[in-house]
Amino acid sequence: MSNLMGFTDKWLPLIYKALVETFQMTTISLFFALIFGVSIGIVLVITRPGYMFENKWIYGLLNVIVNIIRSIPFIILLFFILPFTKLVAGTIIGVRGVIVPLVIYAAPYIARLIESALLEVSPGVVEAYTAIGIKRRSIIWNVLLREARPSIILGLTIATVSLIGATAMAGLVGAGGLGDLAYRYGHIQYEIDVMYLTVFVLIIIVQGVQMIGNYFSAKMKRDE
Amino acid sequence: MIVLENISKSFVTKNGTVDAVKNVNFHVKKGEIHGVIGHSGAGKSTLIRCVNLLERPSSGKVYINDVEITSLPLQKLRESRQKIGMIFQGFNLLKTATVYDNIAIPLKLLGLDQGEVNERTVKYLDIVGLADRHQAYPSQLSGGQKQRVAIARAIAQEPEILLSDEATSALDPETTDSILELLLKINKEFGITILLITHEMNVIQKICDYVYVMEDGQVIEQGQTIDLFKDPKHETTNKFLNTISQRKLAPSLIDQLKVTGSVARLTFVGASAGDPILADTAVKFNIKPNILAANIIELKNGVIGILVVHLNGEEENRKKALQFLIENGVDVKELGVKNE
Repeated sequence: MSNLMGFTDKWLPLIYKALVETFQMTTISLFFALIFGVSIGIVLVITRPGYMFENKWIYGLLNVIVNIIRSIPFIILLFFILPFTKLVAGTIIGVRGVIVPLVIYAAPYIARLIESALLEVSPGVVEAYTAIGIKRRSIIWNVLLREARPSIILGLTIATVSLIGATAMAGLVGAGGLGDLAYRYGHIQYEIDVMYLTVFVLIIIVQGVQMIGNYFSAKMKRDE
Repeated sequence: MIVLENISKSFVTKNGTVDAVKNVNFHVKKGEIHGVIGHSGAGKSTLIRCVNLLERPSSGKVYINDVEITSLPLQKLRESRQKIGMIFQGFNLLKTATVYDNIAIPLKLLGLDQGEVNERTVKYLDIVGLADRHQAYPSQLSGGQKQRVAIARAIAQEPEILLSDEATSALDPETTDSILELLLKINKEFGITILLITHEMNVIQKICDYVYVMEDGQVIEQGQTIDLFKDPKHETTNKFLNTISQRKLAPSLIDQLKVTGSVARLTFVGASAGDPILADTAVKFNIKPNILAANIIELKNGVIGILVVHLNGEEENRKKALQFLIENGVDVKELGVKNE
């Protein structure tokens, strides 16, 4: 019993701190990644051949950029863009220093997920709205995004989970977080209990995120 | 109301250029229902999409109410499109929205205020007979009900024109009939001009005032429905007519019957469909008519009776009898002779 007390006394504050860091990194970077990712995803769809703002140059360019960034593993990206991170965030360490690479990592991913969700929307519905003289902007909001909501939510759930995964690498630039805790104490210092506990907490978080995502997606889906 | 002037549309594909529509001219009068019939690939779908410029014609002009919409800037085109409703084979409803929202959302987006949106949504749901299903989602509706929602959506914007792109093609015959009745009602009560495309002759038969037959991108025959049914000129038109009535016999059977007399198709229109003219002819020229097939086709603007008969008797008398029938307003076509 005292053993357990000792364990919790020692590790609980650390775990709590790491949890907060992971939460901060995930939410802040998710917020910015959403802004860029959703916009890029929408542009990827509406500039496609046959869509309302068809433009093969914009589409082609974005497509290539997204592919290039998506090809770089996060751990490489983290170091690769250090000068840029410094320029944007003013620092390359701590939670602040990891947000920029996380956003750059997640935004193209989210863009692809948004793109595929929007492409599932029947072009016929878009056509029906175009046919009666509704503005293209309204169609993007009220038809494309609206109809794609269930898939978008599922996609964002996937993106959030991989973002949580990516934050594990953030320890490398001193941003802390659960992954860092598991690595430093669990792996390096061989505190196997800490490793288990951290993994357990991560499992709970990912399960929770996925359940919430599934719930809202199912709630909006009306076609079965 | 709708005028198409020399409309052509070609698509560039991997296998070269496809001329989907070739030099088509149309004039749909206000308040009428015009139908385009053709097999799939005839270009009718491309054609109807050229009317509201969902498809830009490669050449030619489209006039809606004397305004040439082919040269309008996008903003003005949108205003013109608001007067043109459209329904589709695939319904094209929002899956994630209720029946009510499917009608209300476009109205909101067209800038109507909340009160008017609600008023119109309720009104048109009632007209299509779905007032009690307003909270249902499209997945909970049958095909016919979905098309009714789509019709309500199309007419809730209170258009002058309704375009129907194979609206009944995905429906069973009974549902098709009920949707056609609804279209007819919309046409009569609101005076909405309808242009539809279809590959089903019974759609033309039941609701169209005027028909265009399309093949290979061209209009090969057109006319008032009743004239076209009475006296089709083109082979394709004939084939379409054969899909709804027995107008022909097997060639082997005709050859067999020809030995003992003439085989003819008699088409009666309107009032003459009721006269005992065949009986009179039989008595007068001493021939024995044997009715091989008989049909009555009820069109929107009249009734057509079609008899395929075998006339047994002296050759001289048979000729006179057929002549007599022609003189009495019956359309006579001898079968088993060339050109038939």
